[in-house]
Amino acid sequence: MRFEPDEVVETLTMVMQQSLDIRTVTMGLSLSCCADPDLDVVARNIYDRVTTAAERLVPTAEALEREYGIPIVNKRISVTPIAQLASSVNAYDVSALALALDRAAKEVGVDFIGGFSALVQKGTTDGDVKLMASIPSALASTQRVCASVNVASTRAGINMDAVLTMAEAIKQTAELTAENDSIGAAKLVVFANMVEDNPFMAGAIHGPGEASEVINVGISGPGVVRAVVSSLPDDADLTTVAEAIKTTSFKITRAGELVAGEASRRLGVQMGIVDLSLAPTPAEGDSVAEILEAIGVGMAGGPGSTAALALLNDAVKKGGAMGTSSIGGLSGAFIPVSEDAGMIRAAEQGALTIEKLEAMTAVCSVGLDMIAVPGDTTVETLVGIIADECAIGVVNSKTTASRIIPAVGKSVGDRVSYGGLLGEAPVMPVNQYAGTVFARRGGRLPAPLQSLRN
Amino acid sequence: MKTPAILSVLGEDRVGIVAAISNALAEASVNIEDIRQTIISGIFSMTMLVTVDEEKTPFEEVQSRLDTVAQDLGMQITLQREDVFRYMHRI
Repeated sequence: MRFEPDEVVETLTMVMQQSLDIRTVTMGLSLSCCADPDLDVVARNIYDRVTTAAERLVPTAEALEREYGIPIVNKRISVTPIAQLASSVNAYDVSALALALDRAAKEVGVDFIGGFSALVQKGTTDGDVKLMASIPSALASTQRVCASVNVASTRAGINMDAVLTMAEAIKQTAELTAENDSIGAAKLVVFANMVEDNPFMAGAIHGPGEASEVINVGISGPGVVRAVVSSLPDDADLTTVAEAIKTTSFKITRAGELVAGEASRRLGVQMGIVDLSLAPTPAEGDSVAEILEAIGVGMAGGPGSTAALALLNDAVKKGGAMGTSSIGGLSGAFIPVSEDAGMIRAAEQGALTIEKLEAMTAVCSVGLDMIAVPGDTTVETLVGIIADECAIGVVNSKTTASRIIPAVGKSVGDRVSYGGLLGEAPVMPVNQYAGTVFARRGGRLPAPLQSLRN
Repeated sequence: MKTPAILSVLGEDRVGIVAAISNALAEASVNIEDIRQTIISGIFSMTMLVTVDEEKTPFEEVQSRLDTVAQDLGMQITLQREDVFRYMHRI
């Protein structure tokens, strides 16, 4: 037979017992054809464009799930950063465009639509200003829209005025959605070195360098990697651990490559990228934290966590790089707190702190992700946390991001709970010594030298 | 369109498993190319390489008929397109 029964059983076990899935099939759509000075016309154009172009996305992904026997957890859409359309609109509040995106997402049946976004790492245009000002009301009045703003890059440095604006936007969004554990902030991410082809939320956009329509796929499989590492004896050395992760990552990536190619063919849309990120879910066992613990760290966040994560992240990329020639997006292990049962446990036990998470983001994708902090966390503290995270990305030429939820009315020890993939999280303590001066200086933190790297 | 696929069957051994599945496949014009079957500690395990003639019976329809057989037999039957195994297990 062309395949050994062992190989067939291995694939079935990955799906049925180890939560192997395709995390997302995301259609990227250019909205450049939707521009108009009239806000209502732009909203109508956006709705028509999305509902027409993505009409067959969900049924096609569902057919692939059935035929290949591998679940596709999310079907999503990313669009041109809306700030580009906002610039030509004769209105200051552009949240109506988010409502149009939300209606279109609901109509075609996707889980999330990303791209209520702006790139302001070097400066802001009128459109960027309008977009950032509209984010709180946009996220409070929609269910499926995700917003993101790129405030820093290795070439431009950090736009500290934009960081302050976004810290204020995060606070306002949290307050406007206070009744639902400040869920709006869970759909808002602040980036350094944002990528233009990210299929994952909340940071997905369809960048200006992309084709009109593309299919991007995000793989998953922390559960599979954890099972493989757990099956190794405790005295297996770390080279052996890395080799086992590489082999597994190759197989997971191949599933993503297959689905991306086939979805593109059936939809008649260009294949974009396969994102090699290991994305956890709240499901027991489907956890990046538990991989670190299987490698041998006592609990995620404990000493050794950063090194174990570096090994994991590197091995996933090395295995995945052979599995597809279209690597893109974020492509690294995610360490969101609320979306990972092992991270939640570690945060509750006090093993995992924001400071340790920050260190871990230096060696993986993507940043301080889905972290609930007390509702009375000051804007200046948020600015400091975001700026620190940006600095790691800018200096190390990698993407970093902050998705922090100042949970209104909650303090350390309380919980936020969103259900589904967003999960739940304990409110984590925040360092109280941000001061008030750094956040308010403004200006641009200069771009770093790319030589003299120590 | 002729689609190669892998059929895998797992469950408690009993009389008539191969017959029931083969009949369902024949009625759906699905050709069996290869079979591997073992019984370990009373657990029946079978892997088949088959070709689905989608002009005669669409893939989804074959899956649906096999779901019925799986329920009748009380076994787990999975039909997946063959490329997923080729992609994951061959370089």
